[in-house]
Amino acid sequence: MPKFEGLPRDMIALRASKEIEDGDYVNLGIGIPTLVSNWIEGRDIILQSEIGMLKTGPLCTEDDDVDQDLINASCQPVVMLPGASVFDISESFSMIRGGYMDVIMVGALQVSEKGDLAGWSNPARGLVVGNIGGSMDLCAGAKKLIVTMEHTTTEDEPKVLKELTYPATARGVVNLIITDLAVIEVTPKGLVLKEIYPGLTPEDIQSVTEPKLIIAPDLKEIEF
Amino acid sequence: MDKVIPSLEEAIADIKEGATIAIPGFFSAGVPRLLLRAIIAKGTKNLTLASGCGPLLGAHEELDMLVKNGQLKKVIDSYALYRSASKGMQHPFEQAVRAGEIELEVYPMGTLAEKYRAAGAGIAAFYTPTGVGTMVEDGISNIHKYQKKEKRVFNGREYILEVALKPDYAFIHAATGDSEGNLHYRRTARNFNHVMAMAARVTIAEVENLVEPGGLEPEHIHTPGVYVQRVVKVPRIEIKIGID
Repeated sequence: MPKFEGLPRDMIALRASKEIEDGDYVNLGIGIPTLVSNWIEGRDIILQSEIGMLKTGPLCTEDDDVDQDLINASCQPVVMLPGASVFDISESFSMIRGGYMDVIMVGALQVSEKGDLAGWSNPARGLVVGNIGGSMDLCAGAKKLIVTMEHTTTEDEPKVLKELTYPATARGVVNLIITDLAVIEVTPKGLVLKEIYPGLTPEDIQSVTEPKLIIAPDLKEIEF
Repeated sequence: MDKVIPSLEEAIADIKEGATIAIPGFFSAGVPRLLLRAIIAKGTKNLTLASGCGPLLGAHEELDMLVKNGQLKKVIDSYALYRSASKGMQHPFEQAVRAGEIELEVYPMGTLAEKYRAAGAGIAAFYTPTGVGTMVEDGISNIHKYQKKEKRVFNGREYILEVALKPDYAFIHAATGDSEGNLHYRRTARNFNHVMAMAARVTIAEVENLVEPGGLEPEHIHTPGVYVQRVVKVPRIEIKIGID
């Protein structure tokens, strides 16, 4: 497998932030999606947190008083923005499963060309059980599901596959894949390569991607 | 109607071996730590702890004691393991799960929330789209093989049948309660507390502030007292935020 240098994680997050429109209600998962919050400050976007909060603000800084009763879904102390609300868990998952989130961003271990997603269990851990958390509910209720991840594993194996080899989080749900090397849209005809890291060719991206990519007629460099 | 019990010990005195206890909390927030410490001191064995999102990772010192004392038969949760596999290997709970000494049964978080809510609302079971096409259809456990869940199509979409989860007891942590069991939670410490208070046969609430009836504004009551059988005043303790 060839190996390519691409975007650092915070720049994947910056590219992903462009997919969110003002007025959107958004849930950001753990990992690169969490970094997206750094790029939307000041915009008219409301973040939901599974723990039961709308208008989740930034992580506490040294200047903020940490409140042990106020954390985000990653167990980090946060502040609330004016207009925030807190509610119980069944209310929280009603808005998630009920389809009230405009955009949901998650990390992934694998994505298939059918839009299947694997993220809750890495078989290398040797356990049948794992941490599902809210991931399956987020996928079930997503209007627009965006995966942000590195294009390949740390062992340089492809993560964009014909079929998942890890346990699925959900089937046929992914709309867009944003990696350090490319932006790929999941369509009924297959995976469409839309944007590419400057200096790389479509052949380069294909060489680290298992399913056959459809090259978009308007293929361009990744735009910020 | 006075539901106040003078001590934690008396509040849990009737809990017998083999009981199922709902433990709310989302990692470190809203965990009934003092009731957990009381059941550790009591030493009740063969317990099933039904939780929602890793309260025993948030209260890991209490979890370590429960495992060390051999009090746990089973844990139900959506997120019970350390994120880091290498850290998890060092964790007594994960070691016991790997050895098959403790059962861990896993569900999606929103499905668990609804299993408790349904139990409290008199609903036997419900159809959810969450988990279709995944191992959730078969049930996920390190020990038992469960019956495959029933599926049904509504409006062209597949749904899984999940049943209500009704624990024997719920341990609840509230910021303020009155002597009749009305409860108010702070910030994101509410999480699973309300649905678990609804679900259990006997709900025991530890409250940081205990007030007389009328001390809570009716509009500020999150859990009406009808769901709560016992109230115990506890001190507000400082907790460490964060999980590994």
